[in-house]
Amino acid sequence: MPGTTTLDLDTSSFKGSISINTGLFIGGKWCDPVDAHDHAEIINPSTGKKIMDISLASSKDVDLAVKAAHKAYKTSWGFKCPGKERGKMLLKLADLLERDADQFAAIEALNVGKPYHVAKAYDVMGAVEYIRYFGGWADKNQGNVIETNEAKLAYTRHEPYGVCGQIIPWNFPLLMMSWKVGPALATGNCIILKPSEMTPLSALKFAELVVEAGFPPGVVNIINGYGPVVGQAIAEHPDIAKVAFTGSTLVGRKVMEASAKSNLKVVTLELGGKSPTIVFDDSDLDQALKWTMQAMYANMGQSCVAGSRVFVHEGIYDEFIQKFSAMVQGLGQTAGDPFSANTMHGPQVSQVQFDRIMGYIDSGKSEGATVHTGGERHGTEGFFIKPTIFTDVHPEMKIVKEEIFGPVAVVLKFKTEEEVIEAANATTYGLSCCIFTENISRGIRVAHALENGSAFINSAQLVDHGVPFGGYKQSGIGREHGEYALSTYTQVKGIHVNLGIRL
Amino acid sequence: MSHQTTLEFNNAMYKGSISLNTGLFIDGQWVDPVEPDSIYVINPATGKKVASVSLGSSKDVDLAVKAAQKACKTSWGLKCPGTQRGKLLARLADLMERDADQFTALEALDAGMPFQFAKAANVGSSIQTLRYFAGWSDKIQGKSIETNETKLAYTRREPYGVVGGITPWNVPLGMLCWKVAPALATGNCIVLKPSEMTPLSALKFASLVSEAGFPPGVVNVVNGYGTTVGQAISEHMDIAKVSFTGSTLVGRKILEASAKTNLKVVTLELGGKSPTIVFDDCNLEQTVKWAAMAIFVNMGQSCVAGSRIFVQEGIYPQFMEKFTAMANGLGQATGDPFAPTTQHGPQASKAQYDRIMNYIASGKADGATLHAGGERHGTEGYFIQPTIFTDCKAEMKIVKEEIFGPVAAILKFKTEEEVIEAANATTYGLSACIFSENISRALRVAHAIESGSTFVNSAQLIDPAIPFGGYKASGIGREQGEYALETYTQVKAVHVNIGLEI
Repeated sequence: MPGTTTLDLDTSSFKGSISINTGLFIGGKWCDPVDAHDHAEIINPSTGKKIMDISLASSKDVDLAVKAAHKAYKTSWGFKCPGKERGKMLLKLADLLERDADQFAAIEALNVGKPYHVAKAYDVMGAVEYIRYFGGWADKNQGNVIETNEAKLAYTRHEPYGVCGQIIPWNFPLLMMSWKVGPALATGNCIILKPSEMTPLSALKFAELVVEAGFPPGVVNIINGYGPVVGQAIAEHPDIAKVAFTGSTLVGRKVMEASAKSNLKVVTLELGGKSPTIVFDDSDLDQALKWTMQAMYANMGQSCVAGSRVFVHEGIYDEFIQKFSAMVQGLGQTAGDPFSANTMHGPQVSQVQFDRIMGYIDSGKSEGATVHTGGERHGTEGFFIKPTIFTDVHPEMKIVKEEIFGPVAVVLKFKTEEEVIEAANATTYGLSCCIFTENISRGIRVAHALENGSAFINSAQLVDHGVPFGGYKQSGIGREHGEYALSTYTQVKGIHVNLGIRL
Repeated sequence: MSHQTTLEFNNAMYKGSISLNTGLFIDGQWVDPVEPDSIYVINPATGKKVASVSLGSSKDVDLAVKAAQKACKTSWGLKCPGTQRGKLLARLADLMERDADQFTALEALDAGMPFQFAKAANVGSSIQTLRYFAGWSDKIQGKSIETNETKLAYTRREPYGVVGGITPWNVPLGMLCWKVAPALATGNCIVLKPSEMTPLSALKFASLVSEAGFPPGVVNVVNGYGTTVGQAISEHMDIAKVSFTGSTLVGRKILEASAKTNLKVVTLELGGKSPTIVFDDCNLEQTVKWAAMAIFVNMGQSCVAGSRIFVQEGIYPQFMEKFTAMANGLGQATGDPFAPTTQHGPQASKAQYDRIMNYIASGKADGATLHAGGERHGTEGYFIQPTIFTDCKAEMKIVKEEIFGPVAAILKFKTEEEVIEAANATTYGLSACIFSENISRALRVAHAIESGSTFVNSAQLIDPAIPFGGYKASGIGREQGEYALETYTQVKAVHVNIGLEI
């Protein structure tokens, strides 16, 4: 029988005790892994110290979860549970998450290093709204009736897949979980969810709300484990009909390959990016600077839509870089304990990420770029990196081509619209872009010409639960959010009823 | 400069000469492959060579992709309004209709398809598909999404750019049009690889593409082997999407190739072991005809072949009597695809013939009863008699695996619950046919069967307006219908800030 760990927090932002079960959540119950010897240490990235241990699963636990999910699908969920009932439970789940918002914000701040107030407003409230939004879609899943001729009734049903696997990353643990759980459950699927083994705490707490909201056992199963073990087991499982993965492009390939070699399960991928921010000389510069800051440094650059290549028109370059630098340095001065109200910049999530980002900073220096600001560790404890700007860069540099996933911006100059469109598109990624101009025709023309799944004009990072989100090119396959997510989690059946054709 | 061949026909169904260019069709020109290679086209009714066509390699795929990319950026894609794309597709449909007999003759010669069937079900439906998607070309729509008053959010459905289309030998022209029509309607350019066994109709198709006035590079036809040209398409870094129709085995390779290269989006239309379910309250006379059509049409070489026939025990003897008579009658209508009385032609190739005969042998070895057929027909060509196995068990190879030939496996059942479970006990999920006059039962079962298409009191009536594709290992994605527009476009969301200041 797995235990719980109680976290006692006494900070200026949050005071209280949070108990978290450390086991696996399968079939509505907490249980130990079949091979009960593997644990993961969960680290607080602000201090580098251990918070607690959690159990790690193997493929055997995935098998148990899939069995539980199939049983639920055939008896208490899927077609056996009308959409409006599914919606009601999702709304209750959203209400419970909102009730416990402070606890979840504290968990994310502790486990991931996010500033507490950002975690609450953006991650937790974002997750609440997202689940509520899909609660509303649950009884509005519609097919089509298609006219062909009078001797035939043809219609489509958009049916759930049955059991879906969902593998989520460490950068927005709770929010990414809501993005998967919302549409999958609304459309009647049961899920096997694998959080990141680095940031599992909010998912473990979330499981309690799943029970409290009244979801039947087996509808939601949460299995912590390593990617090559549990993630691979999900991607290969013959009885999982669909898998959705958010994470690195490297691992995304493995998920797709596993599907090709097993049961051809349908694969949705939300992968990396090297998203361009483009600042024209007819932009509202003051606003453009603030949005560009957000695009790049929100969540310490650990965002798939991070606007990490900043293209600035030569006409405003000097003014831009001067003001941008000052803002970035100001951000650096607010680096600190995520639970402090003044903190706007937290640590990177782990030692591994810290090392990786510092490796990129070194490569920028050795390839001849100029460190305009930052470029170093902040402090001596935890995994803090100063917000960093590189200038004097060119397109061949690693820091310009590869996704760093840290608070490191590269700034490039451009002359013409045609030139910047070509430069911005010269990447294998295609997730997002931000365009700053007050000229409407230009803004929309450029938005249409950039090869990305999302384009933000005079804004950044404003991902919305109603608006589809996903990648062009190697940034991903498929769309989440909005009505489009219903298509992502259903399969189309065409039904042809003969009303009178005789042979 | 590539080569021409002229095929002469002089038979009851078609008299005439058809000239074909046998090279590769790239960038609006007929060219030789970079490295010379060719294949003989065999007439499966006689086993004899009728023509030789060029085969390409990955180098030709590279040239085709470059031509397609150029067309996307200059004369097609978003540079060519949907109305104009639709006009060209409609013209292509008209030209195909003008040359319908020629196309039919080519399919009958190349694939062994009986002429009358080929004209209506293959060429006729190809024309309909082109015309249907021509009409969609200027109706590609995104959404405007309300969020709050300081934001305009809308979506665009944009073409992928260059798409790859890999098509099979069972319905060569039809399967080609299923890919070309929605791909072009939505503004993509395409690099097509037909089956190297049945390349002739694609070559004639390419000449109509020129005649219809499509800009060079929009449609490219590169004949070649799956392991060379097909693999090159699946791995190509500048092809953003590939759509494949064929075997599940090859479908896996394509998905794997995508995973290892540029994560191109993959649509797969694969195999099936589709159930036909006959309840004792069906209209028996009609049911027998539909069930026979489901398995024996195109000599069983149909992805939706109703190859497992579940018959409720109450009606079993009557069904078997009539069904056997139909199968034998069909056997007697076996012959030259160009003869007016022919309803049953040869299998498409020697390899397929051998494969099907092996399955028949395995059925006998596993203890099923050979109820009808089971042998070669005649001494020339690749003809197999319409075949029925009874006393089948779920574990037998002939019940589990896709035979892709005129071989029906009959199983008895008692109850609705039992047959739903048995019908669903397969890794496939392409199609199902249900026969019952009880509306509630028919629809209940239709909803419970795990298949992408379900036919109630009918079979094989695929329509360009109705989405088609597989559940489970039968495929990924949907073609036909408005759904195909989604298959051939990618969604871009545009968020316009109209007043939020930070």
